[in-house]
Amino acid sequence: MKRYSLTRNALIALLAVAAAGTVTGQTAEEKGLEIAKEVEARDQGFGDTSSVLTMILRNRHGQEVTRQMKSRALEVPDDGDKSMIIFEDPADVKGTALLTFSHKVDDDDQWLYLPALKRVKRISSSNKSGPFMGSEFAYEDLSSQEIEKYTYRFVRDENIDGEDYFLIERFPVDKKSGYTRQLVWIDQAEYRVRKIDFYDRKESHLKTLVLDNYRLYLDQFWRPLRMEMVNHQTGKSTELIWSEYTFRNGFEDSDFNRNALQKAR
Amino acid sequence: MAVVSRSWPALLVCLLLAPAHADWSGDVGVELRGFWQSPVDPRQHNLGASVYLAPEYYSDWDEGDQRLVFAPFARLDQHDSERSHFDLREFYWRKSYAGAELAVGLRKVFWGVTESRHLVDIINQTDFVENLDTEDKLGQPMVSLRLIRDWGNLEFFVLPYFRERTFAGVEGRPRVLLPVDTDNPVYESGAEEQHVDWAVRWSHFIGDFDVGLAHFSGTARDPRLLPRFSPSAPLSLVPHYDQLEQTSLDLQATKGDWLWKLELATGERLRDRFTAAVAGFERTLYGVFESPADLGLIVEYQFDDRAATFTPFQNDVALGGRLAFNDTQSSELLLVSGIDLDNQGRFTSIEGSRRIGQNYKASIELRIFSSIPAGDPFAELRNDDYLELVFARFF
Repeated sequence: MKRYSLTRNALIALLAVAAAGTVTGQTAEEKGLEIAKEVEARDQGFGDTSSVLTMILRNRHGQEVTRQMKSRALEVPDDGDKSMIIFEDPADVKGTALLTFSHKVDDDDQWLYLPALKRVKRISSSNKSGPFMGSEFAYEDLSSQEIEKYTYRFVRDENIDGEDYFLIERFPVDKKSGYTRQLVWIDQAEYRVRKIDFYDRKESHLKTLVLDNYRLYLDQFWRPLRMEMVNHQTGKSTELIWSEYTFRNGFEDSDFNRNALQKAR
Repeated sequence: MAVVSRSWPALLVCLLLAPAHADWSGDVGVELRGFWQSPVDPRQHNLGASVYLAPEYYSDWDEGDQRLVFAPFARLDQHDSERSHFDLREFYWRKSYAGAELAVGLRKVFWGVTESRHLVDIINQTDFVENLDTEDKLGQPMVSLRLIRDWGNLEFFVLPYFRERTFAGVEGRPRVLLPVDTDNPVYESGAEEQHVDWAVRWSHFIGDFDVGLAHFSGTARDPRLLPRFSPSAPLSLVPHYDQLEQTSLDLQATKGDWLWKLELATGERLRDRFTAAVAGFERTLYGVFESPADLGLIVEYQFDDRAATFTPFQNDVALGGRLAFNDTQSSELLLVSGIDLDNQGRFTSIEGSRRIGQNYKASIELRIFSSIPAGDPFAELRNDDYLELVFARFF
């Protein structure tokens, strides 16, 4: 008995030393990066996805307009993902489609298909901070969230309503970003991003994004089926609702090129 | 044979009842055009209304590898019998193979990168009664095969039938001084509109560069308009459709906020070699005027060594600004001014549009021809400045 108790105490002491070691041996920057890497690692291997996205835009008086689009993505090893967004509603932009080859550090490659003219137009992707479809989401909020796009700093652990979170701060690398920094709450149980506070170039709190209705796909990949972005400076908000999420549809590179863009429906 | 004839109704039933994806969409609208200067021809009007309908149907089957597209267009114009017209913009069948696509029927195909002049875009005839901007096109009958390879797309076109350009009628505006007699075109080829044209185009992208290289052989889409003196008919202009060999290059470099653009064409028409180019840039400024709006600045230079009977763009510069408000109504404003560097003639165009509610859209268009000296191809349009309002419903 005594021997057991000693071993147990020794084990606890060892764990305490190890824990202290992590805190002292690792900087806040290293820990922040480590958490971000874990978030990314848990999403590796999803292959491809297809979904329908409904966007509800609300002004400060609560008036709503909705948008609907189809979204497809293909995981690209060692680079950013390829994606295609096909607009369905409002009717005047129906058939318009956006193809993106995202990159870890360089500007993304983007082509827009304009169905009225049958024209495929290569467009500039350097507009990071501009609004997507008149919404409260900037292009950079919706683009492929690559590790390399930010630097990180761990702030603290937080317990909110009985759930444990990592609070990390991340700083956009791109000078054209509309933000100086973002505060990101990640749940410790599944490493899911649950909330982001965005701070603009004047260091004031611009927007808050809440991600919820997380659902588990293929027993491995968590996806939020709802996101809501609130702009604190204008009182406007945008809600995104995903449906018809499917994984591993067998998409190939040939489903994400300029030919596929012209045929997309 | 019996098997084939029996399977046809079955195929039709499949198409109508159980297509994987099929959908109707399109738009219908009312247009008003007002001209504030007196017309050159007393038979023309200062105010005119028209309505149009442009539905589109598509049906996919064979796991999306086959598609049928049907897109008719019709306009009814209050005054201009030529502008009241019907066209099949698209009516084709397409089959996708691994690395290839075959299409048969009436299609629209766009080539090019520049904004102020679509020099290399040659497959479709312009539906000129619709708009002077040459962006409305008639459906072109064709068989086309596209090969999709690692080194780019290679597309072959056989164009078995020629579509004549549409022109405003006697009462129509804007139009040149004399009405164009579209009933009696003159062709260089004895085969006339039956001449089989062909074209081939390679296109690819390499990093920041998008490139297209093409050759077209056949009937020129843009006719020379020559007066016809006949004792039995009133004086009119007759379209002359020459044979044309044209090789073209279009190139865009996308460098951050800057889009650098080049279209180059050279070829032979009436045994004369010609060279033409459009080159310039579009630079976008984001978040202008302390708002989410983007402002695109467009500068393009146009060169053409052909005479004025072929083109008005010998030595011109186009300056423009595109303002996208990035609001929920997708409001946009485009201002372009074309200046002839040889004679200082000027053409100014303003286009604006805004969505209303979920399914409606209002557009405005202003075209102004100013200080255009006699002899310039645009001179006869100098009294035809106009303001156009369009209200459309999309479905």
